[in-house]
Amino acid sequence: MEALVKESKTSVSKKVMTGAEAVICSLLEEDVDTIFGYPGGAIMPIYDALYQYQDQINHVLVRHEQGATHAAQGYARVVSNKVGVVFATSGPGATNLITGIADAQIDSTPLVCITGQVPSALLGTDAFQETDVIGISMPVTKWNHQVSDAREIPEVLAKAFYIAKSGRPGPVLIDITKDAQFASLEFEYKKCQNIRTYHPRPVLNKERLKEAADLINKAQQPFLLLGQGVLLSHAQDTLRKFIEKADIPTAWTILGLSALDHDHPLNVGMLGMHGNYAPNVLTNECDLLIAVGMRFDDRVTGDLSRYATQAKVIHIEIDPSEIDKNVKTDVAVVADANEALEALIPLVKKAKHQEWRQKFADLHKIEEEKIIKKDLYPHEQGIKMGEVVRRISEQTKGEAIVVTDVGQHQMSSARYYNFKKSHSNVTSGGLGTMGFALPAAMGAKIGCPHREVVAIIGDGGFQMTLQELGTIYQYDIPVKVVILNNGFLGMVRQWQQLFFEKRYSFTEMKNPEFTTIARGFSIESEKITSRDQLDDAISAMLEHPGAYLLDVVVEKEENVFPMVPSGAAVSEIRME
Amino acid sequence: MNQVKTKNNMEVPATDEVRSFILSILTENKSGLLNAVTIIFTRRKINIESINVSETEVEGVSRYTIVINTTRELAEKVVKRIRKLIDVFWAFVYENEEIFYQEIALYKVPTNVFLHGDNTEHLVRNNGARILVIEEDYIIIEKTGHQHETRDLLEKLKPYGVLEFVRSGRIAMSKSTRRTDTFLQELHNHQQ
Ligand SMILES: Cc1ncc(C[n+]2csc(CCOP(=O)(O)OP(=O)(O)O)c2C)c(N)n1
Repeated sequence: MEALVKESKTSVSKKVMTGAEAVICSLLEEDVDTIFGYPGGAIMPIYDALYQYQDQINHVLVRHEQGATHAAQGYARVVSNKVGVVFATSGPGATNLITGIADAQIDSTPLVCITGQVPSALLGTDAFQETDVIGISMPVTKWNHQVSDAREIPEVLAKAFYIAKSGRPGPVLIDITKDAQFASLEFEYKKCQNIRTYHPRPVLNKERLKEAADLINKAQQPFLLLGQGVLLSHAQDTLRKFIEKADIPTAWTILGLSALDHDHPLNVGMLGMHGNYAPNVLTNECDLLIAVGMRFDDRVTGDLSRYATQAKVIHIEIDPSEIDKNVKTDVAVVADANEALEALIPLVKKAKHQEWRQKFADLHKIEEEKIIKKDLYPHEQGIKMGEVVRRISEQTKGEAIVVTDVGQHQMSSARYYNFKKSHSNVTSGGLGTMGFALPAAMGAKIGCPHREVVAIIGDGGFQMTLQELGTIYQYDIPVKVVILNNGFLGMVRQWQQLFFEKRYSFTEMKNPEFTTIARGFSIESEKITSRDQLDDAISAMLEHPGAYLLDVVVEKEENVFPMVPSGAAVSEIRME
Repeated sequence: MNQVKTKNNMEVPATDEVRSFILSILTENKSGLLNAVTIIFTRRKINIESINVSETEVEGVSRYTIVINTTRELAEKVVKRIRKLIDVFWAFVYENEEIFYQEIALYKVPTNVFLHGDNTEHLVRNNGARILVIEEDYIIIEKTGHQHETRDLLEKLKPYGVLEFVRSGRIAMSKSTRRTDTFLQELHNHQQ
């Protein structure tokens, strides 16, 4: 019975329609419920076709195409197995997508971006709003393709969705000429199951698994590093069982954040430049590193030549090109993280690493004394970022989706929000795109309307995409926006202070009154300047049913510590 | 040559030594793919010494043959990236000794050098070259061989006045007897 139902779903009867309508019907076949987009000349036929399908598919008119990509990213990160879908016109519409596409590529986020293109007869002539978006997006897409024949549309879109979400996910761009949108075709949709040159799901190599299990069973001081691959393969529960059985302290990259409950006794914190003290120091003391679904980014490893050289390395990773790219492995398991961990569990022995775990606890105590207490319970007058984040964490019981921008507030949020649920941290990690958070929060809220979505943004980054308040207003998207307002491009100022003798070259900002701006968009808001207002302001924000902006004026010249300065080894992490 | 000993005591060149590698890439015959392949080298600042794209004996499948000078380590990283391209079946990396290869060179010299004295004719014959065309004003000589051989003939012809010289990209064949379609099938079975 079930098989029959599925049959009828994949083989829709042939219907003659325009290329533009075929685009919409293809999206419906892929169960797309939301499109983030912005119209213009070259994509007008598709928007016209969309007009008749408004009851079946939701379109969100953003205020800038970059916002569409980030919104689609936010959506895709929090909704299981969904692809973020973006529409834009040719020329400037298409080029405005590039930052978001690059961000999605480096952070492995599945997107399908559809751009209109000038009529095929005008291609290559510098026609009005013609840009070679295929050429421009080639280095930052997983795949791209230009359609100039309407009959290709169903097949190409089926391929686009398959490629975007399979294997290591990523963005796909499909450019469709205007004449192909107008031309007609017989629409028949078949979901893509297979591309002969593309093998997204590697076969698990049992030998490698045995070797890995062997190393794990012999290790005295094993250490696991988890990345976003764990979330992408929904391996969070399997991973927890695995580390519990083998008793392995586990740290995370910023994109792996929320895969492991903050309060789990084996969770030892964040890796890398502004990560926690213990996991950074002990990276250079462990005897076995088990990296799962992460890519040893330079912000994680610090000086590679002094990174975990004493340890054996197991790398579990779906993308073979990541193996040995930065860190040489002893055992490489090219596999889906969940599949590999499930197969490993029966092969590893139950273990206890009491002394080793104590080392993490001891170092954590030092960080607690030297940094965490000062961040959370400061004696200075100014509000610190850490305490704001921790109050939000407490008031949302660690159950919100937290969307952050780029800078000091991003690091503070990663350090001090105590995540209880997986797939709850949305941030721009690899590209570090300021302006990401506001639109990404919109997308996350649309994807998960029943969850609280809190965007934590710097005053600098907020001003990069604040026009999206218009989208939030128009569609009544109840996101909570917290600006940690230090009047500086904080993270850059911190570097200037530490590495450029306090020469604050163009990092101070004269900011507008953010509450006034919010009012212009009919968004409730409050500005606070002192600690005793904090709890009430946060609860007022959370209790408000609609969108809300909270401008928290924080300490101007706070620094985020610990810090691994660039070029230093992870074990040379600075506490001040 | 900078050499290191491997576990089984074989002498192999060190991985950080810059030398010539031949990449052989099986792809769909798709427009735009050449661009996708070459930007991978651009990002790593690797110069392409030569490139050749041709059909294979399997319909619809193309073979790119690319020569680069780099280290073993970088060559392998680049090859892994190329394999990631959706329209690429597989990419191989070879050192010169691991593969048979040839290039073809054309030399244009003034006809009159052949009319006065027979030195040039000897040169052509002794170097395994052949005369492709004879026009009133010029002659085109063709030679197939490795780069040092075709360059050698160029040096020898220079004193007679070379009007134009061009060399093709390298083409190469592996030493295996496996058919391309069998390989593609195995690849498919193994990776599904
Ligand atoms: C688009 C973009 N431009 C520049 C940068 C460089 N950058 C990194 S952090 C930062 C400062 C961010 O300031 P703000 O948004 O106020 O956040 P804070 O660090 O103060 O929390 C800058 C300019 C960037 N990451 N992205």
